[in-house]
Amino acid sequence: MSIIEPFRLLLFLVGIMAFVGLNAAYLVWVERKGAARFQRRPGPTEVGYGGLLQPIADGIKLLSKQLHVPPGADGVLFRAAPLLVMIPAMIGLAVVPFSESLVARDTNVGLLMIFAFGSINVMAIMLSGWSSRNKYAIISAARIVSQDVAYEIPMLLVVVTMLMATGTMNLNEIVQQQAGWFWRWNIFRLDVNPLMPLTFIIFFVCMLAETNRAPFDMAEAESELVAGAFTEYAGMGFGVFFIAEYANIILGCAFATILFLGGWQSPFGVWSGVFWFLLKMYVLVFTVIWVRWTFPRTQFYNLLNLSWKLLIPISLSTLILTAVVMKVLK
Amino acid sequence: MKALLKEIGSGFHSLVTGMRITLGQFFKPQVTVHYPHETLKMPVRFRGHIELVRDPQTGKAICFACKACEKACPSDCIIVEGVKREGERRKSVTEFKLDFTKCSLCGSCVEACKSEAIRFSKDYNLASVSKEEFIMDLFKRLESEQPKPPQAQPEQSKEAA
Repeated sequence: MSIIEPFRLLLFLVGIMAFVGLNAAYLVWVERKGAARFQRRPGPTEVGYGGLLQPIADGIKLLSKQLHVPPGADGVLFRAAPLLVMIPAMIGLAVVPFSESLVARDTNVGLLMIFAFGSINVMAIMLSGWSSRNKYAIISAARIVSQDVAYEIPMLLVVVTMLMATGTMNLNEIVQQQAGWFWRWNIFRLDVNPLMPLTFIIFFVCMLAETNRAPFDMAEAESELVAGAFTEYAGMGFGVFFIAEYANIILGCAFATILFLGGWQSPFGVWSGVFWFLLKMYVLVFTVIWVRWTFPRTQFYNLLNLSWKLLIPISLSTLILTAVVMKVLK
Repeated sequence: MKALLKEIGSGFHSLVTGMRITLGQFFKPQVTVHYPHETLKMPVRFRGHIELVRDPQTGKAICFACKACEKACPSDCIIVEGVKREGERRKSVTEFKLDFTKCSLCGSCVEACKSEAIRFSKDYNLASVSKEEFIMDLFKRLESEQPKPPQAQPEQSKEAA
C-alpha cells in the first residue's frame, strides 16, 4: 500500500458523499419535474430558474425542524436507524467502478459486498419502524421484511446466473468482459442463457422492490400507513431516509448498468469512459421514475405472489438453464 | 401452463402499454395555466358583480338613475342616486351602491335596465378580510378607472393592499 492510498480513499469518501448528496437533492427535483411532465403539469417553477433551487429550500426547511423522539420510542435505535439506512448505500458505491480507474476499492468481492451490505437496508428500515412505537410504523416494518426478503431471493438468483456467466465477482472485470459493441453487453449474451433480457427485467423489478419504489412502496404507502416506517421521523431524520432512498436507487441503477449494460463501456467499442456509465445509469433512473408515475401501488398479497409464484420460479429456471448451457458448451 | 403463460404475456403487455401512454403524455405540451403569471380570459357569459357601462361617445356612465334596477333587485342590494345638472337633457348618476354581500347574481337588474347601462363585470379576484369592502360604489369605481378603460387597476391594488 503506497503512501497516497489513504488520501485517495479519503478523496473518494468525500466524492461519494458529495455524489450521493447532490444526486439525492437533484433527483428529488428530477422526480418532481418528471412527475409533473407525466401529468402535464409544470412542476416546481418558483424557486430559482425552473425550480432549480427547490431542493436547497427543502433542505433548509428540513434542517430547521426539530428532531423529535416520540415518548416511549426506543431512543437509541430510533436515532441509529437513519444512519444504518444510509451507510450500506455509501459502502456499496465504494466498489462501483465509475470508469476503469475511477473506483474507490477495486476488490475481488465487490459483487458480494454490495449484496452483503445491501441486506442491512432491510434491517435498518425495520428498526426505524419498530423503534418508533407507532402502529403504522410497525405494520410497515412487518411489510418491509416480508417484501425485501421475498425480492432478495430472485435478485440473488439472477446475480448468481450472472456470476456463472462472468466467472468473477470483481465489478471492474465484469465490465471489462463486456468491451466492444453493445451486443457484447451481458444483457445480450444469449450464448450462455437465451433468456438474458428476461433476467435483466427480473433484476430491474427486484431492484424497484428492494428500494421500496412505487409500485412496490409498501413501506411508505402514504394512503394507508401515513408514511409507514418514517411516520414519526421529523426534520433531517426523515431527510436522511429520503436521501438514502435515492442513494439506493443510484446504487441499484449503477449495479444494473455494470452487470447488464456494460458499465463504462461505450456501445460502439470506442470512447469508453465515465460518461457512458453516467448516461446509462441516469436512463435507468429515469425509467425508475417513469415506472413510479405510471403504475399504482400493488396490493400486498399481489406483491408477494409476483415474487414467490413468478419471479423466483423464472429466475431459478434461468439459473438452471444457464448451468446446463454452460456445461454442454464447455 | 398455457393459460399461465398467456396471463403473464397479457399482463406484461398491459404494463408496456401503460408505460407507452405515460411516455406519450410526457412529451405533450403541459396544460397548466401559471395562475399569477398568466390568467384565463373569462368567458362572455361569466357573471362577476355588476358594473356600470361607459358611453363610448361621452365617456360618462350611460346610467341616468331611473332606479329600475333598484326596484328590480329582489334582495335590495342596489341604491342609486342621481342629480339633474344644468343644461343637460337627462339626470346623471352620482352614486351607485352595490351591497355585494347580499347580491346573488340573479341578473334581474341587468335585465331591468332599458338602456343597457349595467352589465356583469369579469372581476373574479374578490377577496377581503372585511365585509365592508364588498359594499361598493360602482360609480366611484367607474370614475376611478377613468383614463384607460378595460382593466380596473386602482380597484385591484386596493384589494391587494
